[in-house]
Amino acid sequence: MKRVYVNEDWCLGCHLCEFYCAFANSGETDMSKAFKLGRNAAPRIRIEEGDGINFAVSCRHCQDPACVKGCIAGALSINNGVIEINKDKCVGCYTCVLSCPYGCIVIDPQNDGMTVTKCELCTRNNAGEPACAANCPNRAIVYEERGEA
Amino acid sequence: MLLKEGDIRIPAGCAISGFISRDGNRLCGGDIVKSISYMHDRSNGLGGGFAGYGIYPEYKDYYAFHVFYNSNDAREKTERFLDRHFDVINLSRIPTKKIPAITNEPLIWRYFVNPLPTKIASSQLDEKEFVVKCVIRINNDIDGAYVFSSGKNMGVFKAVGFPEDVGEFYRLDEYEGYAWTAHGRYPTNTPGWWGGAHPFALLDYTIVHNGEISSYDANRRFIEMFGYKCTLLTDTEVITYIFDWLHRKQGLSLEDISSVIAAPFWSEIEAMEKTDPERAAKLKYFRNALSSLLITGPFSIILGYTGGIMALNDRLKLRSMVVAEKGDMVYISSEECAIRAICPDAENVRSPKGGEPVIAELNEEGKRKCL
Amino acid sequence: MPVNFFPAEFDVVRNTDKCIKCRACERQCSNEVHFYDADFDKMLTRDAQCVDCQRCVCICPTGALKIVPNPNDFRKSPNYTHQLMIENYRQAGTGAVLLSSMGTPKEYPIYWDKILINASQVTNPSIDPLREPMETKVFLGKKPAGIRKNPDGSVCTKIDPYLELSTPIMFSAMSYGSISKNAHESLARAAEELGIYYNTGEGGLHRDFYRYGANTIVQVASGRFGVFKDYLDTGAAIEIKMGQGAKPGIGGHLPGQKIGEDVSRTRMIPMGTDAISPAPHHDIYSIEDLRQLIFSLKEATEYTKPVIVKIAAVHNVAAIASGIARSGADIIAIDGFRGGTGAAPTRIRDNVGIPIELALAAVDQRLRDEGIRNEVSIVAAGSVRCSSDVVKAIALGADAVYIATPALLALGCHLCRTCHSGKCNWGIATQRPDLVKRLNPEVGYKRLVNLVHAWDHEIKEIMGGMGINSVEALRGNRLMLRGIGLTQKELDILGIRHAGE
Repeated sequence: MKRVYVNEDWCLGCHLCEFYCAFANSGETDMSKAFKLGRNAAPRIRIEEGDGINFAVSCRHCQDPACVKGCIAGALSINNGVIEINKDKCVGCYTCVLSCPYGCIVIDPQNDGMTVTKCELCTRNNAGEPACAANCPNRAIVYEERGEA
Repeated sequence: MLLKEGDIRIPAGCAISGFISRDGNRLCGGDIVKSISYMHDRSNGLGGGFAGYGIYPEYKDYYAFHVFYNSNDAREKTERFLDRHFDVINLSRIPTKKIPAITNEPLIWRYFVNPLPTKIASSQLDEKEFVVKCVIRINNDIDGAYVFSSGKNMGVFKAVGFPEDVGEFYRLDEYEGYAWTAHGRYPTNTPGWWGGAHPFALLDYTIVHNGEISSYDANRRFIEMFGYKCTLLTDTEVITYIFDWLHRKQGLSLEDISSVIAAPFWSEIEAMEKTDPERAAKLKYFRNALSSLLITGPFSIILGYTGGIMALNDRLKLRSMVVAEKGDMVYISSEECAIRAICPDAENVRSPKGGEPVIAELNEEGKRKCL
Repeated sequence: MPVNFFPAEFDVVRNTDKCIKCRACERQCSNEVHFYDADFDKMLTRDAQCVDCQRCVCICPTGALKIVPNPNDFRKSPNYTHQLMIENYRQAGTGAVLLSSMGTPKEYPIYWDKILINASQVTNPSIDPLREPMETKVFLGKKPAGIRKNPDGSVCTKIDPYLELSTPIMFSAMSYGSISKNAHESLARAAEELGIYYNTGEGGLHRDFYRYGANTIVQVASGRFGVFKDYLDTGAAIEIKMGQGAKPGIGGHLPGQKIGEDVSRTRMIPMGTDAISPAPHHDIYSIEDLRQLIFSLKEATEYTKPVIVKIAAVHNVAAIASGIARSGADIIAIDGFRGGTGAAPTRIRDNVGIPIELALAAVDQRLRDEGIRNEVSIVAAGSVRCSSDVVKAIALGADAVYIATPALLALGCHLCRTCHSGKCNWGIATQRPDLVKRLNPEVGYKRLVNLVHAWDHEIKEIMGGMGINSVEALRGNRLMLRGIGLTQKELDILGIRHAGE
């Protein structure tokens, strides 16, 4: 399955992936609008910055995901390998937030924190392919098939 | 004012034809005139010419100079030059026939000469090189004089006009030779200078050519490094010099020369690296060492030389050319009709591939008879 | 604070309607032009620090930025231009020689743009490169003076060492130090994939790149940085750098801050010291000395590699080239004065040397006049900007060209001409690790490959139009060129006729 991979050698810490992610999932067609109308567009990818090393972190789409196992409401499910969130079912208990070893489940500001949200590889928005990879200026984030670990 | 050939480069399309009797039978010049006349529409009346080999058996050990003069003054200067450098055995006007189609003829003279041994010795050149240098001297330095043929036992006849008229004008049916080539010219622009008609000749090498080579200036500027001076700015001139340099001076075979000027494509050479690595190495060497002599753009040429003729097409075969045989005869022409005109039952009619040389030479019997 | 004699060169214009305050511009600007002000909740700028490298403009996700020349102007004078006034103010402030980078921006004639190319109509056919073979392979090196025969009469095919190029384009010398390791890696990998060569420049060869040796030209310059046996043995050819078009008469200068650990090891000089190449090679004060160096290098490599001598195009370039051709060099590279540099004194860059077009034409003709054009191949360099420049250079007489600025453009360079600052925001002309990493060689080498492929396609199209199906038939084929708007003298030097003739 194609996944998002990050190579810290080339990550510049520009944070553009976060903005493109948030925009892609905002439902808006204009980036300025997505961020200026106060709709709390939030990224599902986060740059971890360190001393000269930067790394973009987003959902790994684990084959045996702790978040899905732990979800008390059945809001998280695996669809063709992509872990999806059904916000209508989510009760905002944050069990998944606690159980995700990568810290990749995001509390959704668009719902005032009443639900969580997460990377769905841009399968459920209009980006076509993961916006973080498509817009990374240095190909530090790539979306490709590398076989299963 | 229209510029003379040499002051400007004039593109031209053309017809060519030629044949050889490998047995060395002497063939009437009228045949070649008839052959080329069948391709009348490939010329436009602005140039025609012929080369005949074996036509002067009685003077076969002497260089036969054919010269155009614009004036008697030019003739006298030239003859003084010839007297200083050559033993002139015989001189005369070349017999012509006044016909309405050919006008404005210059004075046309023929000399049978032998270079003076003392002059050759002091020049430190070999005999042929000495003759070449003298021809170039006359053509460059004597205004109004132009040597257009300078080989042994062969001669070029050319003029402004349709080739069949040129043949009649020079009374070619009165000559006999073992090989003939012919040219009908279709220049796009010409001042109508007789020297600009083809064949172009240097010693016994003659070239008739149909095409317009795109590599011209690359070839010219390279060959001029070796003492040649391209004064006419024609393809034919530069191709002749390339043959002269590679064949006479460098001793390359005609087949190898074909691989230089119409080199196989790299794709063919690379394929050959497995099947015939030695040949592939040689071809690669030619394309490296002699790359400036690659000729691109359309050409079909017949090279005439003592004892043979060779036909060659550019490597993409952008010009028509067919060859045929009948008995000891080999025919080459732009169009099959020109062969059928003089040999209706010609056999093995075929169209050689681009870059594939067709060489026809006198056999042993022919050599005995003619050389 | 003293009076600032001159204002910022550029205005950084931000469309606040578009700006989403993502601060990418701030993070990406090594000149610290952009910053976020919490009180205003706005992005602000320090315009005076902007060098117009366009990095922020290119990465801004909403297209909110523009860099424009500051419209503030001094009172106009065609003699004392705005630029000259600023330069004098600057020197009055610092007392220093002015430094500049890349090719001169001054308005000298660009002869490429005054030369037109021929095409076939009617009397011979143009050739369609998509349907017919079209060849751009070239060999660089000394050619035999004539055919030699083996004892058995066959043709002797032994030939001096040569370079074989799939297309007549090479990447010109850019040293490791002046450009980054990632830039070098991009060039090396691209050269390998393309079947051409890149040039180490005078800074030695990083250990990691010895594996690209078959596609590497190793340079020996007056500083001899990084030159040792392995280095010479690794390259496919050795280039002696006598001069550089952008700075004829002086040597390279790499400031100490660019000499980090890796560069230091590669150049074999201490960290942090300025790497200053002498103006001349101190073992070459004349042509006979050059001959000795050429043969020293050939001896050292057992006559297995061609030796290139690179010279700047200066007034008597034809005579110099003739001397070099007779000195055992296999290839002469001529670098025109509009060529680029990582750092050069401004006055030299802008005033010394001659254009490559004239130099190339003069050299090619001179070598032919002397009958020694076969002794050497000619590589033209110094502002070969596009494929039609390549075609014109070859038709004027070059065997191949060196390109550097277009290669840098492929890697992201926007010609801000401040390489000498060492703060290249594109990760090219810098050694700062955080900036170097901005050039991912995986991306860079592919862009270089694309660029050369694209040029090669265009060269083939143009050749096909002329009815030429192999590049050697274009070499020196000046009949294919016509001048436009040139004087008779210029036409004579270029050896071409005027359009319409």
